Amino acid sequence: MSGDHHHHHHDHDHDHDHLHPYDPEHHHPHRADQDDTMTYYRLMEEAVRELMIEKGLVTPDDIRAEVEAMDARVPANGAKVVARAWTDPEFKTRLIETPKEAIAEVGHDIGPMRLVVLENTPEVHNVVVCTLCSCYPRWILGIPPDWYKSRSYRSRVVREPRTVLREFGTEIADNREVRVHDSTADMRYFVLPMRPAGTEGMSEAELAALVHRDAMIGVTEVSA
Amino acid sequence: MERDFTARGHHDMGGLDAGEIDRAEHDYALWEKRVDALMMLCTNRLKLMTVDQLRKGIEALPPEAYDNMTYYERWISSVTNTLLERGVFTADELGAKMEEVKARYPDGVMPGGAAGGGC
Repeated sequence: MSGDHHHHHHDHDHDHDHLHPYDPEHHHPHRADQDDTMTYYRLMEEAVRELMIEKGLVTPDDIRAEVEAMDARVPANGAKVVARAWTDPEFKTRLIETPKEAIAEVGHDIGPMRLVVLENTPEVHNVVVCTLCSCYPRWILGIPPDWYKSRSYRSRVVREPRTVLREFGTEIADNREVRVHDSTADMRYFVLPMRPAGTEGMSEAELAALVHRDAMIGVTEVSA
Repeated sequence: MERDFTARGHHDMGGLDAGEIDRAEHDYALWEKRVDALMMLCTNRLKLMTVDQLRKGIEALPPEAYDNMTYYERWISSVTNTLLERGVFTADELGAKMEEVKARYPDGVMPGGAAGGGC
């Protein structure tokens, strides 16, 4: 773990007086990007890609199309699913019972892995991790954030989830159970957050704009 | 030599002590997205490897390499090794291609890990 360590994350979670569409600029400080330094492994990627192309296994267009498909998998897709579940109880039931089919109704594909939808309730708060690697509902939310793959998160969230959640600015009441779900390569988890109070008159689109990535991982809750 | 098969792998870190979570994030570089794309193509379309093989290759990394390499460095390392094992290309072909690519970057090539990004 190298890169920039900006510590303005302690205050930003309290900045809840406006809508929260997914916006990494707003939510999270940045690490240095890796486009401008040639490294051994970047060189390896270039070499392997060219060998695969020369052998006729892939084309440059295949790679480009796959990058674009991954770029299109963004937390806003999951937010649409959450907002639909908040406004349509029958959809919510289908989402929990048959997530693949329900998410397809919203126009998204969960991919080849099994997906389990975890509903947060006044009694239970769910949070997701992959202690062994980085398994994540990437077909619906995209590539996981750096911290999800970090030693600190993977090690600690299973043992001291409330402390970890507090680092994300999330305080779970003592009388609410916290359940930590450890993902596997074949089974991924998606948290259905609780709909915040005061959103009764909101449209599905307005609700979707409130739902950000971290709430679907379960490290934060959604606030209006 | 006796091996303790109940010992934790280096990647198996659930429940261990660790420091505060660094929530800094970086935008993925194009080369990182291309590693991801290659893996998706190799698993879903070409059926050249599985996610489990990707993990096996990552988990086989020596602990210091696992910790020092960035996330997609671990991926490309594992994907490349798997493709070599599968005979998709040979070590000689890879070596020659690496030299060819390297020659395109006269400013030199850093060892990796040091480029930042972590995880």
